[in-house]
Amino acid sequence: MISGILSLELLISALRMSVPLTFASLGGVFSERGGVVNIALEGIMLVGAFGAVVGTYFTNNPWIGLLTAMSFGFLIALIHAVVSITFRINQIISGTALNIMATGLTTFLSRLIFKAAGSSPHIEGMVQWRFPGTNWQISPLIVIMFAVIIISQIVIFKTRYGLRLRACGENPYAADSLGVDVIKMRYSGVLISGVLGGLGGAFLSLEHARVFVEGMTTGRGFIALAGMIFGRWTPLGSFSACFLFGLAEAFRMRLEGFGIPTQFIQMIPYIVTMCVLVGVVGRAVAPAYDGIPFEK
Amino acid sequence: MKKFLIGILVLSLLFSFSTFGYTAKIKVGIVYDVGGRGDKSFNDAAYRGLQEAIKRLGVEGKDVEPGEGGANREELLRLLAEQGYDLVVGVGFLFTDALTKVAKEFPNTKFAIVDGVIEGLPNVRSLVFQEHEGSFLVGAIAGLMTKTNKVGFVGGMDMALIHKFEVGYRAGVKYVNPKAEVLVNYIGVTGEAFKDPVKGKELAMSQFKQGADIVYHASGASGEGVIEAAKEMKKFAIGVDSNQNWIAPGYVLTSMLKKVDVAIYKTVEDLVKGKFTGGVKVYGLKEDGVGVAYDKYNAKLIPDSVRKKVAQLRLDIIAGRIVVPSSR
Repeated sequence: MISGILSLELLISALRMSVPLTFASLGGVFSERGGVVNIALEGIMLVGAFGAVVGTYFTNNPWIGLLTAMSFGFLIALIHAVVSITFRINQIISGTALNIMATGLTTFLSRLIFKAAGSSPHIEGMVQWRFPGTNWQISPLIVIMFAVIIISQIVIFKTRYGLRLRACGENPYAADSLGVDVIKMRYSGVLISGVLGGLGGAFLSLEHARVFVEGMTTGRGFIALAGMIFGRWTPLGSFSACFLFGLAEAFRMRLEGFGIPTQFIQMIPYIVTMCVLVGVVGRAVAPAYDGIPFEK
Repeated sequence: MKKFLIGILVLSLLFSFSTFGYTAKIKVGIVYDVGGRGDKSFNDAAYRGLQEAIKRLGVEGKDVEPGEGGANREELLRLLAEQGYDLVVGVGFLFTDALTKVAKEFPNTKFAIVDGVIEGLPNVRSLVFQEHEGSFLVGAIAGLMTKTNKVGFVGGMDMALIHKFEVGYRAGVKYVNPKAEVLVNYIGVTGEAFKDPVKGKELAMSQFKQGADIVYHASGASGEGVIEAAKEMKKFAIGVDSNQNWIAPGYVLTSMLKKVDVAIYKTVEDLVKGKFTGGVKVYGLKEDGVGVAYDKYNAKLIPDSVRKKVAQLRLDIIAGRIVVPSSR
């Protein structure tokens, strides 16, 4: 039983399930480091998942699907940015509204385009990359994800842009007095989160399920935000957290069928999260001006 | 002014007469389950039943879908009843409470619920299916055709209704192949479990990796992921509710048909003929309410010997020689 559960397959499955979460939580890091709470990530992932299938469906080219997903995510994030940065509307309200809008919009368009409600036709995913000299295959998106994690970590903590972005989240007034364009920086953070969230959604539909189903994100955007907090608003931390969520989920899938009630097993990912939050991570401190609109 | 008012009165009277004339046509309204039309499964079957009734019985039909999470089920049922629909159908057991309430408010309107049981109301007909019987047959096909002696089952929401599929399937597998092992997984414990193809695929993949070569799903739109897993790993999936053989030709062995369309059509037909009665109507193998899908997509997948054996099992169940269990 133990060997059946603890295997390489478990890790691969955990990685697969952590990819969409990781992209979205990296997006969350960019947005919130700049001082904008982005709970619209759930909706951004959903339009990303939808965009990936639509782009691929019409062109038969998954890379164009990927671009569509990124641009759809970008558009939703742009609305969030305009509403919450330029017009200084409460960011939670804007995000909630966008999540509801994303559900309605993708459902409506999916029925219009595919002439059937519920789900799209199945599509072909990306050509998998092969490790030289072996039979091992990996999705290009997973490779991209690792690159994005490393680049994000460097950009946020080692570059001038990152310093300014963080300044806008910690104390936008100080940043402003030093000549940083807070509005522009916050826009950039939110828009990057839109592109990354779109990528996360694209992995769900394009690389994993190879089909779009209405509402298929099923709360993953919020789990990604939990991963971001759990990872203390750092890219590497967020990835570790999301991988842990993926691992817990993969673990519980393999734990079923041994006579333990499903309802109990289903709690495991959440219990693990809480234990780790309390025991290992300790107090997570958000950027001081996270969620507070900036007014000159 | 007076003339004007009288004019309006006359006009409105005429108008109401004319609307009376139109209502002579029987009106049927359907409220779908979460997932909505186009799930290539359960709701689509309900839609087909309604379309068939519109075409062949000349009734007027309207179908609506509850919003996200399905919280407005009750309002939609009430809306249709208020608009003078003669028969209002709630598709799915989740309608049980809402439909009971609304049916009491509108005793002159006829109601039907699919998959739920409401007793004691003369204007409500409950349409229930013997899913375990159909699942038994696809289980027998899986049991006869597995090369690894291991088959899988992926359920949607972990609840009694889906357990019926699991139990029947397991019984079918074991009846023809006592040595076979059945792996069982459920996607979740909420309604969301019916629209998460990613988890459906992960579960099916883990079952295939554990050595299963045929996986049966009863998980609504999440099953798209199960079928995708079969396609990717070159194994077999078994579809559910509607005929899903076409989704991935060559990788869907067969589908367990749950003929919601037949049940809805029959209900409308009874209403049109004035034979509508309340109470529970059971649709099993005998009533042709459940069955196995054979079509051009799986013509070459299932050998004749298996088909013959399954046909015999079907007769045995109808004759009562085999009693299929329906709960754990």
